[in-house]
Amino acid sequence: MAIVYQKSKGLTDKELHYCPGCTHGIAHKLVAETLEELGVIGTTIGVAPVGCSVFAYDYFACDMHEAAHGRAPAVATGIKRVSPEGTTVFTYQGDGDLAAIGTAEIVHAAMRGEKITTIFINNAIYGMTGGQMAPTTLVGQKATTCPLGRSKEHYGEPIRMCEMLSTINGCVYAERVCVTDMGNLNKAKKAIKKAFELQQQGAGFTFVEILAACPTNWGKSPVKAVEWLKENMIPYFPLGVYKDITAEVK
Amino acid sequence: MQKELWKGNEAIAEAAIRAGCKYFFGYPITPQTEVPEYLSLRLPEIGGCFLQAESEVAAINMVYGAAGCGVRVMTSSSSPGISLKQEGITYLCGAELPCVIINVMRGGPGLGTIQPAQGDYYQATRGGGNGDYRTPVLAPANVQEAADFVRLAFDIADQYRNPVMVLADGMIGQMMEAVEWGEMEKRNLPAKDWATTGTKCEREHNIINSLYIKPEVCAEHNEHLERKYKALEENEVRYEEVNTDGCEVLFAAYGTTSRICRAAMKMLADEGIKAGLFRPITLWPYPYDALKKCASQDSIKAVVDVEMSLGQMMDDVKIALEGAKPISFIGKAGGIVPTPRDVADAAKKALGR
Repeated sequence: MAIVYQKSKGLTDKELHYCPGCTHGIAHKLVAETLEELGVIGTTIGVAPVGCSVFAYDYFACDMHEAAHGRAPAVATGIKRVSPEGTTVFTYQGDGDLAAIGTAEIVHAAMRGEKITTIFINNAIYGMTGGQMAPTTLVGQKATTCPLGRSKEHYGEPIRMCEMLSTINGCVYAERVCVTDMGNLNKAKKAIKKAFELQQQGAGFTFVEILAACPTNWGKSPVKAVEWLKENMIPYFPLGVYKDITAEVK
Repeated sequence: MQKELWKGNEAIAEAAIRAGCKYFFGYPITPQTEVPEYLSLRLPEIGGCFLQAESEVAAINMVYGAAGCGVRVMTSSSSPGISLKQEGITYLCGAELPCVIINVMRGGPGLGTIQPAQGDYYQATRGGGNGDYRTPVLAPANVQEAADFVRLAFDIADQYRNPVMVLADGMIGQMMEAVEWGEMEKRNLPAKDWATTGTKCEREHNIINSLYIKPEVCAEHNEHLERKYKALEENEVRYEEVNTDGCEVLFAAYGTTSRICRAAMKMLADEGIKAGLFRPITLWPYPYDALKKCASQDSIKAVVDVEMSLGQMMDDVKIALEGAKPISFIGKAGGIVPTPRDVADAAKKALGR
């Protein structure tokens, strides 16, 4: 019988711990498939964050590091700078990790044009600790540390990382995607692949932001969570390519 | 052997290269900045990498990434910067990553001063990060030792899969002295088969990690670490005794202050008082047994702890002596270096003269 679909070799057989309706599983799959298609699983070193995807080191089949909260880009820098040429290095980070505690590390990795790929999962909430306000929590969105909704006066407005990083010369590719349907999923896959390809070419820092659903901490069913994401997150975090040096060359 | 004149910080940097270290991640801070300055020129020449990070926090995490790949890597800083590195140090210990961390101490607390001090003793020997961990600490008293201990630190780090700290101070870092670059004793070091060098699709993936979410497993990991620390306590204790046989008063001092004690000992000898010096070289593991044995001599009437802090090492001297001898303290914190006269007078006072 012909095999028409199978789990990527970029993933281990470890059972995922993610909640039903969580986007992490899909994002892992897309990254793993990309590593497999590029034939780099054996020469890739990934860096897992602190947050819901903290156990990503168990799921990706390549060599992995578990970083301290927010420090994944610094750890990835250390790995990339000492590894043989042709080594692929990526970080996989959530919004609290990347856009709050690790803001300095991500900005400076981009500034140096560090030849790594960062996969940024933005679900507008702290998942692992149980639904606290994130730097990307929308104004008015409720979280356990802003039970009445995020106040613009008290906390300002959510940070847009794709927009910010795309202003940095060392960042050669930045795209925001979502995986709410097949069309967007395919776009996300293409974005991830392009980011890794540009890294292989030594172009500079590459960044893919994936808008993600967190049904558990949003207090919604998986289906309602996807609807909420489309209606609320995409208007504030517009999808699209924010930086692509290959497009500028054209 | 040929002697060369080296500045302490530059000798530390050159020693790292001679130990086979090709990678350095750091951030400028006085009084250690010559270490990164020197390496920024030299490391690219030998095909290595020097990187000035955005912060000490980032630098120590770059060290984590590099050490996880199995290479020899170093960072250096001074007191406030070492505070920032504590997060990384506990992760390095948890993940069992070998590396060398240099602290060229200055006065504190807070921003303190840029003058030499020994106020980071607690931080270095008790650990400023979270959890039950230990880092071996080597304390040089001159530039030659600074050069030797950096090379020794890399070997201890690799042998035990643990970060090792070289704890100098602004005096050692900034002064120039003669250095002989002799061969170091070769150790049989274990292979780094745990390093993330890419699976080549030929082995299971290696994971560099300090997370053990199941408490039973985390407890087991802690016990494994403890066995390692016990082995360090058994095998790596270092100290020096000077003129201790039959002395009346015993100084306990490390690093720069041990040299002041040597000058004070000469002054006291001129006054007919025999003084000795016990100098811990490893501040952790601390030479408790050796100090107790040394201080137990009947001739010793008083022990004087001398530090450029408010008496942080006093805790270890007390632990070692278990009340066997009276202990007094002389020292200054905040960048003031005690004079030999201060120290000699403190010894006389301790003897009731």
